[in-house]
Amino acid sequence: MQAANANATGAPASGATTNGVETGATDDFVTVFVGETLFGLAIERVHDVFVPSGVTPVPLAPAEIVGLLNLRGRVVTAMSLRRRLGLPDAADEADGSKASPKMAIGLEQAGETFALVVDGVGEVLKLGADSREAVPINLDPRFRNLATCVHRLDGRLLVILDVDALLGFTPAGAKAA
Amino acid sequence: MDDLLREFLTESGEHLDTVDAELVRFEQDPNNETILRNIFRLVHTIKGTCGFLGLPRLEALAHAAETLMGRFRDGLPATSASVTLILLTLDRLKEILADLEATGTEPAGSDDDLISALERMAEGSAEASAPPPPPPPPEPVLPEPVARELKPGEVSLDDLEAAFLAAPGPDESDFAAPAPVAAAAPVAAPKASAPKAEPAPVEVAEAEPARAEKAEGGGAEGETTAAAKNNQTIRVSVDTLEHLMTMVSELVLTRNQLLEIARRHEDSSYKVPLQRLSHVTAELQDGVMKTRMQPIGNAWQKLPRVVRDLSAELGKQIDLVMVGAETELDRQVLEVIKDPLTHMVRNSADHGLESTAERVAAGKPARGTIRLAAYHEGGTITIEIADDGKGLNLAAIRQKAVQRGLASQADVDRMTDAQVAKFIFDAGFSTAAAVTSVSGRGVGMDVVKTNIETIGGLIDIATTAGRGTTFTIKIPLTLAIVAALIVRAGEHRFALPQVAVLELVRVDAGAQRVERINGAPVLRLRERLLPIVSLTGLLGQTPAGSDTEQAGFVVVAQVGRERFGILVDEVFHTEEIVVKPMSVKLRHIPMFAGNTILGDGAVVLIVDPNGVARQVAQGVQGSGGHADADDDAANEVADSKTTLLVFKGGQGSFKAVPLSLVTRLEEIECAKVEWLGGRALIQYRGRLMPLVPADPGIAIKSEGTQALVVFSDGERAMGLVVDEIVDIVEERLDIEIAADRSDLIGSAVLRGRATDIINIAHFLPLAYDDWARGLKRPEQLSTILLVDDSAFFRDMLTPVLKAAGYHVVTAASAEAALDMLQSDPAIEVVVTDLEMPGRSGFDLVAAMRRGEARLAALPVIGLTGAIGADAVERARTLAIADLVAKFDRAGLISALAEIGAETVSKAA
Repeated sequence: MQAANANATGAPASGATTNGVETGATDDFVTVFVGETLFGLAIERVHDVFVPSGVTPVPLAPAEIVGLLNLRGRVVTAMSLRRRLGLPDAADEADGSKASPKMAIGLEQAGETFALVVDGVGEVLKLGADSREAVPINLDPRFRNLATCVHRLDGRLLVILDVDALLGFTPAGAKAA
Repeated sequence: MDDLLREFLTESGEHLDTVDAELVRFEQDPNNETILRNIFRLVHTIKGTCGFLGLPRLEALAHAAETLMGRFRDGLPATSASVTLILLTLDRLKEILADLEATGTEPAGSDDDLISALERMAEGSAEASAPPPPPPPPEPVLPEPVARELKPGEVSLDDLEAAFLAAPGPDESDFAAPAPVAAAAPVAAPKASAPKAEPAPVEVAEAEPARAEKAEGGGAEGETTAAAKNNQTIRVSVDTLEHLMTMVSELVLTRNQLLEIARRHEDSSYKVPLQRLSHVTAELQDGVMKTRMQPIGNAWQKLPRVVRDLSAELGKQIDLVMVGAETELDRQVLEVIKDPLTHMVRNSADHGLESTAERVAAGKPARGTIRLAAYHEGGTITIEIADDGKGLNLAAIRQKAVQRGLASQADVDRMTDAQVAKFIFDAGFSTAAAVTSVSGRGVGMDVVKTNIETIGGLIDIATTAGRGTTFTIKIPLTLAIVAALIVRAGEHRFALPQVAVLELVRVDAGAQRVERINGAPVLRLRERLLPIVSLTGLLGQTPAGSDTEQAGFVVVAQVGRERFGILVDEVFHTEEIVVKPMSVKLRHIPMFAGNTILGDGAVVLIVDPNGVARQVAQGVQGSGGHADADDDAANEVADSKTTLLVFKGGQGSFKAVPLSLVTRLEEIECAKVEWLGGRALIQYRGRLMPLVPADPGIAIKSEGTQALVVFSDGERAMGLVVDEIVDIVEERLDIEIAADRSDLIGSAVLRGRATDIINIAHFLPLAYDDWARGLKRPEQLSTILLVDDSAFFRDMLTPVLKAAGYHVVTAASAEAALDMLQSDPAIEVVVTDLEMPGRSGFDLVAAMRRGEARLAALPVIGLTGAIGADAVERARTLAIADLVAKFDRAGLISALAEIGAETVSKAA
C-alpha cells in the first residue's frame, strides 16, 4: 500500500514506477491489447474498466481524442490508444461513423479523468524485475516515448506504458495543467 | 456574544490549530515554501480580522509573529528557537481568545515580552532570549498538508463581516471603541437616538444568555464547540455538494432508464410512482443546483466596511463604487475569489490611491475612488477592480525584479510595461517603501493569482501613471449554471448559451432563405443583412455549402457589437445546464466553452459565442463595411485595400462599385416595376425609387426577379439595375483610367478578372435631375475644396458632397490646392486626403497654417485610410477639425455639418 501511494502521489510517476520495479518487489499491471500487441498499465493508476457508450465526438479536437462520455455523472475525455500510438483505427470502424470501441480504461491525471479506449482488456499480471527489459531502441519513437519497459512473458511480450506520458500530450495553445 | 465574534472565535481557533501543526511540519522541512505560505496567510487572516474587530492585543501579537515569519520567507533560517517563540505566541493568542470567549472582551495585559522577543528575533539576533518553556512535542504522525484557504467554510472574514454589517447598532462612530460588539451595544443604545434604541436591547438580550451559557461551559476548548453549535446555518464543504450533485445526476440517469423500461412494458401500476419519482428527482436536482449559486454581492458585502476602516486608518478619503452585485456565480468560484477580491481592494486603497494631499497636489479630486464591477460577458464573468490612483511604479518594479533575481537588467529593460506590471504577482513582491499593517508584505497578489488560476481564470493589469490601475479578472463560465438552447447540427447536439441568443429564425428554400455572396451565406432580416455561419461548417463536419444549409434555423446571436446568425439543423428546447470545464486537452479549441450532461445522460458540447464571433469576423470581413463591424478592423483593412461589390452588368461584363457607397442589395419582383414617363420606378419602403440600368446594355426584365444595388442618401434612393450580384472582394485598387465613358471611372483587375469600376456620379443625376444640384439645403451653400490625388476618389466624393448641398471644387495635388486657395476666396472648407504622393495632406495643411490669416483659420477635414494614434496627434497639432475614414460618407457629411454649425455659431 505504501508503494502504491508513493506511485500515486509522486509527481513524476514514470520515475516512481521505475523505482518500484527496481526495488525487486512485484508490480501489478492491467493488461490491454491493441491489435496484436499487449500493453500493461500500472494497476494503481487504473480506476475503472468499462464499456464506453454514448461517446460525443469533439469537433476540431486532436486526433487522439475520441470524444467525451458520461461516466457515472462525470464527463470523461476518451482517448484512443490506437491513435495515440499512431496506429490506424480498427478495420470495422475505419469509416469513423460507426466507431464502436470495445473497452475503456479509466485513468486519472491532475484531477481529471480520462478514458483510454482499447481493443480489449486482459488479465491482471503480477510481474517482477526478473522478466523486465529496457525498451528496445529500435522501437518506433511513438512507442519508445510512451513505454517504460518491456516484460518477457510466455510466448509474448508486454509493453508497459507510462500513464503520464500517455496523457501528457499538450495540444498547441492549451495551458499546462 | 454576537455571531460575528463567535464566528471569529471558531475560525481563529481552527486557524491556530492548523498553524500549530503546520509550524511543526515547517520546522522539520524548512525549505517547504507551501507550508510557510500557508502559515503566513493564516496568521495574516487572524491579524486582519482582529483589526476589524478592534482587538489590539491580538493584532499586535499576530503582527509581530507575521513579521518574523516574513523573515523566514526572505531566507532567515528557521531555528527551533524561533519556531518555539512563534508557538509560544500562538499559545498566548489562544489564551486571549479563551478569555475573549468567556468575558466577551479582550483581557487586559501586556504582551511586550513576546513582541519584543519576536522583534529581536526578526532583527536577526539568533540567540533565543525568549522565555523558554519546552516546545510542545512534535507530532510523530504528521497531518496531510492543509489547503484550507481554498475551502469554502474557511473564509471567516466574509461571514463575519456579513454578520457585522447585518447587525444593528454600532455605526462608524463606534469604531473608535475597540471593544467587541456585545460590549459596545449598551454604549451604542444611549448614544444613538430614539430609533436605534429598539435594536440595541435585542442584541443585549441575545448576548446575555449566550454569555451565561459560556460561563457554565468551562474550558476554552469546550466553549469553542458550544459556540459553533449555536449557529443557525451549517457549513457544508463544496466537496459534499459536489458529491450530492454527482449523485443527483446519477439519479436522473437511473430514472430515465426506468422511464424507458416503463415505456416498453404496458404495466401501468409502475407509472404513477415513476411519475412521482421523476418529479422528486427534478426538484432535488433544482435544489442541489441552487445551493451552488450566489450573487457576487455576497463576496462584496464586507468591502464597504473594509474600505471605510482603511480610509480611517490610512487617512485617505475613499469612495467604493460597486456595480453588478447581482451577477450570479457558482459558490465554489465565489469562495475562491472572495479573498483575492478583498486583498485587491485593500491593495488599491493602500498602494493604489495616493494620500489626500498628493491627490490635491496632482489636481485630482480629494476623494479617491475604487470601482468594482462584475458582469457576464459572453462565456465569461468579468470582474474589474479599478482605482483612480497613481498607477503602478513601473520603475520601482523593474528595480525590485532585478534585485530579487527574477530577471536580469537587460531582460527588464526589454520588457513591455504590461509584462513588468505582472511581476507584482510574484510571491513576496512588494514595492511599498514601508510595510504597514494593512499591506505591503507582498502577501496577496501571488495568492490572488494562484486562486484565480485554480479555477481557470485570468487576471490582467492595466496601469497608467497618474491615472490609476485596473485589474481585470476573467473567470470562465465553468461551474456556473446557464440557460442554454439545445440545438442539432449534423449528427450531434450542442448547447448554445442563451445570453448570447437574440432570436430564432426559421429558414427554408422559400421566402426566408439563406443567400450567398461569393459563397458567404447571409440572411435578410428586417431589411438588414445578417452574416450567417453554419455550425456544422464551423466545426468542420461537412464542407461548407452543402445542401443542409437550405433548411433549418438561424440562431441570431450577439456578442459585443457583433451580430451574426448561427445556422443549425434543428432547435430542441432550452435547458438549465451546469457548465463543466473542458478537459485540459481540449481547452485550446476556441469554439467550446465547456460541456455538460443533459437530462438524458448524453454529453453535449457548449458552443462559445465568443469563439464563433471571432470566426464570423474572419470569414465575412468583406461585408462588414456597413454593418456594426469593429471600427478598428475596418480601418486596418481600409489602409491599403478597398472592399468592392462586383456585379454583372451588360453583356456579361464585370463591374464593381465600392461597397461603402452601397446601401443595400435587393431582389425585386419584376411585376412590381412601374413605368412613368419612360422611367422605371418601384415602390420601395413606401416611396418611389427610380431604377437606372448600370449599363445601356441592360434591359429591366419583365418577369422573374431583378437584382438591384440600392444607393441612398438621406431620403432619396436609387436602384441600380444589374444582371447579377457576383461577389464582394477586398483588393488593392489599382485603377487604369482608360475609359472615356462618363459612367465608368476606369477598370481594374479584381480576382484576376478585368472589371469596370462604375462612376456613381454618373448615375445619380439620371435618377434625380436635381440630385447633384443639391436643392435640399440651399442655405448651406458653402464651397468645399476637395483635394485628392486619386481621380477615383474625387469622382466618388464630389457627387456625395454636392448631394449634401455644397459647391465642390477639386484639386489633384497639394500644390494645385494651394493655388486654388489663393485664387478662390469663396472656399470655406478644405477636405483633403492625408496620404498623397509628393506633398502630403499634412504638408498642405502645414503650409496653410503658415499662410495668410484666412487660410490659417480655414477648417480642414482629413481623409485617411488608417486613423492611427500618431495621425491623430499630428492632426491635432495642425488644428485639423476631423479625421474621417476614406469611405465613410456619412462621417464626412456629419463632420462637414459640424463645421457648418460652428461657423454659424461663431458668426452669430
